[in-house]
Amino acid sequence: MSAEHLHDLTLTVNGVPHPVSVPARRLLSDALRHDIGLTGTHVGCEHGVCGCCTVLLDGQPVRSCLMFAVSARGHEITTVEGLAGPGGELNAVQRAFQECHGLQCGFCTPGFLMTVTALLAENPSPTEDEVVEGISGNLCRCTGYQNIVASVHRAAALMTDGAGEPRP
Amino acid sequence: MKPPPFTYHAPATLAETLEVLAELGEDAKVLAGGQSLIPLLNMRLAAPAHLVDVNGVSELDVVDVGPDEVRVGAIARHARIERDDGAAAACPLLRQALRLVAHAVIRNRGTTCGSLAHADPAGEMTAVLAVLGGTVRLASAAAGRVTRRDLTAGKFFVAPLESSLRPGELLESAGFPRTPASTGTAFAEVARRHGDYALCGIAALVDLDAGGEIASARVGTISVTPTPLVVDLTDVLAGVPPARADLAAAREKVMAHVDPEADLHASAAYRRHLAGVLTERAVRQAAARSAHAPAERGAA
Repeated sequence: MSAEHLHDLTLTVNGVPHPVSVPARRLLSDALRHDIGLTGTHVGCEHGVCGCCTVLLDGQPVRSCLMFAVSARGHEITTVEGLAGPGGELNAVQRAFQECHGLQCGFCTPGFLMTVTALLAENPSPTEDEVVEGISGNLCRCTGYQNIVASVHRAAALMTDGAGEPRP
Repeated sequence: MKPPPFTYHAPATLAETLEVLAELGEDAKVLAGGQSLIPLLNMRLAAPAHLVDVNGVSELDVVDVGPDEVRVGAIARHARIERDDGAAAACPLLRQALRLVAHAVIRNRGTTCGSLAHADPAGEMTAVLAVLGGTVRLASAAAGRVTRRDLTAGKFFVAPLESSLRPGELLESAGFPRTPASTGTAFAEVARRHGDYALCGIAALVDLDAGGEIASARVGTISVTPTPLVVDLTDVLAGVPPARADLAAAREKVMAHVDPEADLHASAAYRRHLAGVLTERAVRQAAARSAHAPAERGAA
């Protein structure tokens, strides 16, 4: 079998350009993890159901397992590694998940953090229904979602008034 | 769970896309949003020799709200159409149905035209196209000349996952006719979990006359027929206000016309039952949204 043709391209991840050389079939999730070494993006089901591999593409959450790296050329990709500040300080969503114990094993967490970051950027004070619908595409097998929902409300509160109690 | 190898093509224009598709014929598959195609590749249920990625063809990224219809291009994402207020005003069923298509994150990437081309009988937009009487535009090129044909849902959908798309053809756009103010629409479905494939879904279109009586009504189905089926309910519902309409007869008629299959998610009988229940629900909701709906006439 002849060697597979490789595509040379640059992926911009968290503002940093990464030149990679990948076959066309390389999933974006695998390019991030294997070619670039950003293993914060997790891979669960590889058919778009679990949400663990969610990254932001030009600010919009998408499944990185349902996209080829070659299709991401020219787009800005944000992964979980890009959420914290330059000094490593957690963003509001990360802090809220920590405070509210919105994770146990942590496998699904990167996907939740990306989904929720985008959700709150678009809708800074979501209702309970909007939160539940917003995270319905992400599966967690540990927590039962109660603390995750609380984390989202807490993150919204942190983002709007900087402090304060989690919203009802 | 990795896609099989393929040769990748990324044309920059529509002309180039059609040229590549003409050259490759049946060996090629078009990649738009990839939210159905890439899972099939990941699970190795499909192994096309060539993928033609149209995501870079900006002339296909259109949502055009015209005087007669809303026309969406091959790479217009579900999310973009869902958020388009002009499209929602001209054709409310688009937003009503798009909210039920998978999850928001999938809709950010998935396209309505791709969903139609995929021809999954569980795809909400197939029934939307069918019940609204919309059309898909298929484009192909031969010897430098572009040919286009517009097909109705009835002509386009052939069988589950099978359409009338010929090798070398691109589903360039889909047109959804404007809904007049006198017509209300609704989409009702039941899924095991929000965002899952629906066990059954019903899109309804109910037109009321100036006196608030039903002038015409029809529904389109998903997940209970091999291709979206349109059932005209005018004969059983017309001539009375929605509150006095014989919804039981409508339910019976739809249940008699669908032919669901059993799988591990639901029995055929349960899906048929849902087709009836959801018909009632969608027709009632659609009627209430007509500009001629009688104001607050009690719970219908």
